[in-house]
Amino acid sequence: MSIAKVFIANRGEIACRIIRSCRALDIKTVAVFSEADADALHVSEASHSLEIGPAPVAKSYLNQDALLMALRVSGADAVHPGYGFLAENAGFAAAVENMGRIWIGPQPQTIEAMGDKERAREIARAAGIPVVPGSRRFSPGDTAGLAATGEEVGYPLLVKAAAGGGGIGMRLVDDPENLQAQVETTQSLAERSFGDGTVYLERFIAHARHIEVQVFGFGDGRGVHYFDRDCSVQRRFQKVVEEAPAPGLAAETRASLCAAALALVAHVNYRGAGTVEFIYDRQAEVFYFLEMNTRIQVEHAVTEMITGADLVAAQIELAAGNLVLPEQGDISTDGHAIECRIYAERPEKKFLPSPGELKRFDFPEESAGLRIDTGLRQGDRITPYYDPMIAKVITRGQNRKDAIAHMVQALDEIEIEGVSTNLEFLGQVLRDRVFCEDLATTRYVDEGSYRLEASGVS
Amino acid sequence: MATTNVTSEVIGTVWKVEKAKGDAVEEGDLIMILESMKMEIPVEAPVTGTLSEIKVAPDDSVEEDQILCLIES
Repeated sequence: MSIAKVFIANRGEIACRIIRSCRALDIKTVAVFSEADADALHVSEASHSLEIGPAPVAKSYLNQDALLMALRVSGADAVHPGYGFLAENAGFAAAVENMGRIWIGPQPQTIEAMGDKERAREIARAAGIPVVPGSRRFSPGDTAGLAATGEEVGYPLLVKAAAGGGGIGMRLVDDPENLQAQVETTQSLAERSFGDGTVYLERFIAHARHIEVQVFGFGDGRGVHYFDRDCSVQRRFQKVVEEAPAPGLAAETRASLCAAALALVAHVNYRGAGTVEFIYDRQAEVFYFLEMNTRIQVEHAVTEMITGADLVAAQIELAAGNLVLPEQGDISTDGHAIECRIYAERPEKKFLPSPGELKRFDFPEESAGLRIDTGLRQGDRITPYYDPMIAKVITRGQNRKDAIAHMVQALDEIEIEGVSTNLEFLGQVLRDRVFCEDLATTRYVDEGSYRLEASGVS
Repeated sequence: MATTNVTSEVIGTVWKVEKAKGDAVEEGDLIMILESMKMEIPVEAPVTGTLSEIKVAPDDSVEEDQILCLIES
């Protein structure tokens, strides 16, 4: 088995990132594009390109029929899905394999199992990994044994609608005396909002950090990890600042996190690059499995900066059967890396997106300690059809303080005109005492300490 | 009777329209959902009143500050 041409079922910076690794491996690339992306950078960077449909994602980058037809005519032997779009769509992965092409990613059944959050939790439990304590489901009218269940889960706890999402239909309960009433209220609210009044209880972790482990499985139960990342700074449940390694973790905590992630890799015979996400309870100093992402992630670059690995190249080589399997003992970290995602958005207006034309798009020169991943150039239009992320800036330093200082400087040198961006917000975060010293929890952006620092009221 | 213009905060497209012309709305009621850069942006009634006109339909492109609908109150 070998791969001569890779079909990239994606756009933007990750498509450009995949092209870079393919070039290094001397592999040709096929880019796909929507009508809105005909002049995009990933199209001009690829060896070949094919149009797949109109601008809206449902008609182009999510249109499986159009993609499969393009794959057939492209003559590519393998498909790299990037992240987002169809990267975690088991049906698409299976369709690619059924066409006799190589899917650069985990087996379709792994994607499917991990995509179902409830099943993923069961698998994690079976692999011996702690999950956030939760209860059975309670249908409307059913509150049997509720008080005892509440004690088991532990307080404070959340009453969550099974059909809910994005924070809708969630209630925080501190006092066991309120549990019955809150469950009944949530059941009737969920019934009205989602047509399904089923709820369950879950322990609420007040001071949580989002910590994840980069894994790489060989598909036969074996695999390695590339250590951890912290992605606690989030807005609208999307990460904004990521770093590796996760700061302030005790060596034994790090070792058990990485071991837990590898246990999951072994349990599902995981194939390729993946990320096991955990919630880390700062106060109790314990971690719980959150979910597994069965793809390369946006923030993989911080791991590459401190380990020297090329994870995308490793994905392709594993798929081609050419990978010299890495040994855990050969993987180590050097220094500290931070990534800032530059979004075209308005932080002052609840982070609403801000499309437009990039009249100016100037970044400092890349160096050993500075990496810029983007799929855009000056003069490009940022359309309302796609994700507002316009670039990733990654810095590396000997330690966290160095990496932060390097990032502050890089952010100051970036000049973007034509769209609003979160550059100023990022600068405030990087200079904020809470971020720099206390370390952020997932409520960091809502708590807003970066604003106080910026106005000098610290 | 006062007329309130409900405008779009972003450039994007109309995803769903949840109310119809003539519907009574209360302040905070969801009128429609816009979509821009993968984000769903709810458009809520700024005042209590009656929807006298809806100027957009699903899949329409909208500009920032474009009038989406009118409320009589």
